[in-house]
Amino acid sequence: MKKFLKEEPKVYLSKDNKKIKVIKYFCKGCGICINFCPKKVLDWDKDFKVFAKNPDECIACYLCELMCPDFAIFIEKEK
Amino acid sequence: MRQLLSGNEAVAIGAIKAGIRFFAGYPITPSTEIAEYMARELPKIGGVFIQMEDEIASINAVIGASAAGMKAMTATSGPGFSLMQEGIGYACMAEIPCLIVNVQRGGPATGLPTKPSQSDVMQARWGTHGDHPIVVFYPYSVLESFYLTVKAVNTAYFLRVPVILLTDEIIAHMREVVELPEEIEIYQPKRKKKSPEEFLLYSEETIYDAEVAYFGEGYRIHISGLTHREDGFPTNNPEEIKRKLDRLKRKIEDNKEKLWDLEYQDIGAEICLISYGISARTALEAKYIFEKEEKRALGYIRLKTIWPFPDKPLKSLLKSAKKVIVVEMNQGQLINEIERAISPEIEIVGVQRYDGEIITPEEILAVI
Amino acid sequence: MKEEIKNYLRLDERFPHILCPGCGIGTITNILIRTFNELNLDKNNICLVSGIGCSSRIPGYIDCDTFHTLHGRAIPCAIGVKLAKPHLKVIVIGGDGDILAIGLSHFIHAARRNIDLTVIIINNFNYGMTGGQVSPTTPKGKFTYTTPYGNPEEEFDIYEISKSAGAVFFARSTTYHTAHLKNIFKKALTKKGFSVVEVISQCPTLYGRLNRLGDAVKMLEDFKNRAINISHIKDLSEIPADKIAIGILLDREREEYCEKLKRIIDEKRD
Repeated sequence: MKKFLKEEPKVYLSKDNKKIKVIKYFCKGCGICINFCPKKVLDWDKDFKVFAKNPDECIACYLCELMCPDFAIFIEKEK
Repeated sequence: MRQLLSGNEAVAIGAIKAGIRFFAGYPITPSTEIAEYMARELPKIGGVFIQMEDEIASINAVIGASAAGMKAMTATSGPGFSLMQEGIGYACMAEIPCLIVNVQRGGPATGLPTKPSQSDVMQARWGTHGDHPIVVFYPYSVLESFYLTVKAVNTAYFLRVPVILLTDEIIAHMREVVELPEEIEIYQPKRKKKSPEEFLLYSEETIYDAEVAYFGEGYRIHISGLTHREDGFPTNNPEEIKRKLDRLKRKIEDNKEKLWDLEYQDIGAEICLISYGISARTALEAKYIFEKEEKRALGYIRLKTIWPFPDKPLKSLLKSAKKVIVVEMNQGQLINEIERAISPEIEIVGVQRYDGEIITPEEILAVI
Repeated sequence: MKEEIKNYLRLDERFPHILCPGCGIGTITNILIRTFNELNLDKNNICLVSGIGCSSRIPGYIDCDTFHTLHGRAIPCAIGVKLAKPHLKVIVIGGDGDILAIGLSHFIHAARRNIDLTVIIINNFNYGMTGGQVSPTTPKGKFTYTTPYGNPEEEFDIYEISKSAGAVFFARSTTYHTAHLKNIFKKALTKKGFSVVEVISQCPTLYGRLNRLGDAVKMLEDFKNRAINISHIKDLSEIPADKIAIGILLDREREEYCEKLKRIIDEKRD
């Protein structure tokens, strides 16, 4: 089967090159990741989708990625 | 090799010969002998027998095994058959081949566990909800129990449908000396299936007479009872819904001629007996008695395929008939179908019995 | 999207999936995929079987053999699949209504037989798909559309039922405790025999709203506050009624059905 994303994820970069990737059309604005992020990195944008407000605070704990019910957010650390 | 077999044994032997290797069922008179035979014989050939907690579990286990590629069947009677209806509908919708044997007994409800009837004929057609065609065969002897079981299994895999084999308490329990064939033909699909990337479980190519993917073959298929598209995923699109339901109908419509199976004698006669299953044996006896005494022929038609209903063959066979006598052990289930199918000029009389006793030739002769 | 996630998802035009915003079932799907990945399971050897309900929609989105059966009948179908192809990892996913109401008899008998299945019961305390009706796990006094005056019935203890019926493994977690849930899934999937995992999940759209439990975040906070890790508790009866006992409550050995069947067949084969 053909696997695809309708649009490319929006990528937010931290100072130390961590990537916070948001597949916007998957995000349903439930607020789980925003609320449970230990460093208050995330918030809603004007479309009520998640975005990285404070990307430099991200510690790559992956809580948002694990809790997201919609596969909408992924964290990538530099190798 | 000649052997003395009961109808139920012949069904079980025929099923195994046709490739059935999975039986899930529940004991219910008068079908239990089939389950017990399978419990003894299947392990010897690496097959699986499991007695489930009820008939609902049984039909679903049969569906699961068949979807995973093992030829599967169950056997039951009226009350169990009623419980299995949702499962049968699922097998129709998801196009999962399987064999369901219903050894009819007196109904409704608990009815007459140890006495015959032919009162599930209409239920076999419309027992489950929704628009769905169905294939139903009905033998009248021990030998035919064997052959029609084989035909039922082959048909199920040819058409990718559940097939119902109706019998009744008499055919199931009576014993006859039969000579069973050593080899029988097992259906092989004509069209080979495409690779996993291209294969579609419900495309035009896989409607019938085609090789299909099962679980555990690396095709990673999706099977669902929701009305679905060609790839099996659910849809609300009216075009796709129509396409799917038309497809289910066409499976049977396109192959009606192949499925119709009747036996007939002396078809030019003015009066014709029509029957099926146990009642056909009485009808045949009545025919012999009549012909011996009256010195003229009596027509006789026996339905081996109950559904799809052989309306065209009946209409053509009865072209010169003036009167038709429908013999059945119920309150008149097929008689209306027959009336609908043949010329309105023909007089129709029903000989019906539903007290658990077999119809006698005298009852038939009385209305000729 | 990470490759290891994409591998196990049927990433097509049907995404985002049909579940409500904040639905715990989505989180469980997320963790389940990661479990497959970390256990290195070949997706060609997995068969997911589900019945009817929100929980039962998950398999449609996962890239393996998936079987969406009738309401309550996932377990007998799974038994048919497992007996026909014993080498497959057969996993049943269903909700509290599907598995414990209409499907209860099949659940109990499959536990009795100890068939090698993993049953994931997603407990959101109501029938979600049909709009929020009472289920066998709805707590007493709670509101649903069919208990508008408060539920007069007491709920099941799924652990007790599983244990009495003969299951060899029972564990519970919640959609808040994602790392814990992944470990539980790993243990349940590798355990041979009838393994049950109950996952407490939030239904903010129905059960949560009807009982004024707040949004998904609030409900998850509540799971966090009420959860007790039983690996530190000796006596389960000590746990107060309003707490959620999470962890592995049952882990024992019994002969598994398919193995027993294979022995009989090997003995009787001509």
